[in-house]
Amino acid sequence: MKMLIYFRDLMSDKRFSFGFTVIIILTVLALISVMSPYSPVRWNVVPEEKPPSLKYLMGTTSLGQDLFWIVCFSIKNSLIFALTTAFLSRVLAIVAGMISGFEGGIVDRSIMILSDSLISLPRVPVLILVGAIFREGLNLYILALVMASLSWAWDARVIRSQILSLRERDFTLTAILSGSKSLSVVFKEYFPHILPIVFASTLNNMLWAIGIETTLSILGLTNPLIPTLGTTLHWALSYQALFLGVWWWVFFPVTVLILLFISVYLLSVSISEYLDPRMRIQRIGQAR
Amino acid sequence: MVKYFLTRFLQFLIVVFLSVTLVFIIVRMMPSDPVEKTIAQITSTGTFLDPSDVEKMIKSLREMYGLEGSILSQYFQTWRRLITLNFGPSLSFFPTPVSSIIKESVFWTVGLLGVVILVSWTIGNILGVIAGYYSKKLPTAMKLLDLIFMIIRPIPYYILAFIFLVLFSYLIPAFPSQGAYSVGMMPGFNLSFIIDVLKHATLPALSMILLQTTMWFQSMKIISTGVTNEDFVIYAKYGGISNHKIIFRYVFRNALLPQVTSLSLSLGRIFGGALITEIVFSYPGLGGTLYSAIMSSDYNLIIGIVLFSIVAVSLGTLVLDFIYPLFDPRIRYS
Repeated sequence: MKMLIYFRDLMSDKRFSFGFTVIIILTVLALISVMSPYSPVRWNVVPEEKPPSLKYLMGTTSLGQDLFWIVCFSIKNSLIFALTTAFLSRVLAIVAGMISGFEGGIVDRSIMILSDSLISLPRVPVLILVGAIFREGLNLYILALVMASLSWAWDARVIRSQILSLRERDFTLTAILSGSKSLSVVFKEYFPHILPIVFASTLNNMLWAIGIETTLSILGLTNPLIPTLGTTLHWALSYQALFLGVWWWVFFPVTVLILLFISVYLLSVSISEYLDPRMRIQRIGQAR
Repeated sequence: MVKYFLTRFLQFLIVVFLSVTLVFIIVRMMPSDPVEKTIAQITSTGTFLDPSDVEKMIKSLREMYGLEGSILSQYFQTWRRLITLNFGPSLSFFPTPVSSIIKESVFWTVGLLGVVILVSWTIGNILGVIAGYYSKKLPTAMKLLDLIFMIIRPIPYYILAFIFLVLFSYLIPAFPSQGAYSVGMMPGFNLSFIIDVLKHATLPALSMILLQTTMWFQSMKIISTGVTNEDFVIYAKYGGISNHKIIFRYVFRNALLPQVTSLSLSLGRIFGGALITEIVFSYPGLGGTLYSAIMSSDYNLIIGIVLFSIVAVSLGTLVLDFIYPLFDPRIRYS
């Protein structure tokens, strides 16, 4: 019930309602990919290079694939990839941040040195190197794991500082004095406080993940047989789609990508403003 | 003070240590034998190679991949290469040493990024302070700008650069799509060469300026909205001082300091930041060179550039951290 009220509040923000609607549409497209009449890895299943029409909504590619279904598969894979990366890196961030904040001492210091180093490590060259070495061997799950292990550091820091302030509050003392184990205090008592922070940063992490995956794929550094928005563009560019006038092969994936990015970004901006009490008061004041 | 410098320096060492180790591990995880693969690739393109050159290449490759000696000695070998800045010969431009290719590329990267960062910082901050000052009732033009920036901000840079490339080089062929200067042009200090270089740099620079301006704009807007609500600004308004004067003399100067900090941070990252731009526009900076190295499996060059940019970025940030208190008197390391 409470969730519903939050949701209604958020929907009153135009940015949120726009982002949410687009995400729902994209998710529906991703879901109907299971109904695709063709396998995404099969070539020459439809006539080549047909412009968009009622039969082929987004046209067909030079590989003889129906672009509409390829885009559906791509959205599905890109979303799954982004969620996997964000989930793995959030798990790392939560575990590292909670341990670091609650244990303190040498454990805290070593985790923080590690996370400081990761924050200042330039990630793009490292990821390009990973792509260059693995090439076709790089499936989305390995990439997600690599990216997650590079991107947990900043949130671990934020979570740690939150835990540090929670640790000093009375309820921690009450819980410990009434005999709770420290681990159960951390997960039962602190977790609800951590969750909102984690949620907002999840969206940003997803954006970053899709951006990197797209870049690596267009450069041909991932497995090109897994349809993602990046690999679709990779095929289009390596078949000189623009010079051959097959503009739809480039246009639709780029449009979907931009829509995906803008909507996730608007969701994250709107949610983090909603979570920030000062901003929320300002907005309610403006609404009246 | 000394303690701060020591911990900061220690952290720099740890970053370099971790990333070199990481690069070492990644390279060792390569699934196929890189030496065979590289030699096969070079000979399959029909290039004629002197047998003694092939011998030399195999030897250098074996050394590079650490296929000679124990793992530990291979690891130290990587460090030796990094410290002496000798990454061996490039494989696709054999026998030019990797370090001299890097030296040439750095020039283009630093030139391009330096201009981009300074221009976008200036434009973004000026627009940002105006938007922040009028944030209660934004003029229509500003509202439009705010909306456009909001849409541009999340687009991954690769896609943005790609759209620029399609629009201004393919649909409207106004600017050249690749390279730093026309093929056949002799580099030299004369007017036609400089114009040619500027023309080639326009698209990469513009696409980056657009994206970075939005970032500076948004953070400046937030900061100056806060400053605008402070008492001295309200007092100045009631005192009848013109808006123009309040914005640039009062709000701007007070909101600028955090932006200067971020500016120094992005200047520190100058060696790692243009990878994607240079790849899209085939600009011969570090990123462009890295991409062509990847495409031709020139592992010596790949490892050289990745290690160089990691170390250069960390070093840049370290130096800026050290000299920063000289510029900002409010910062005291204790």
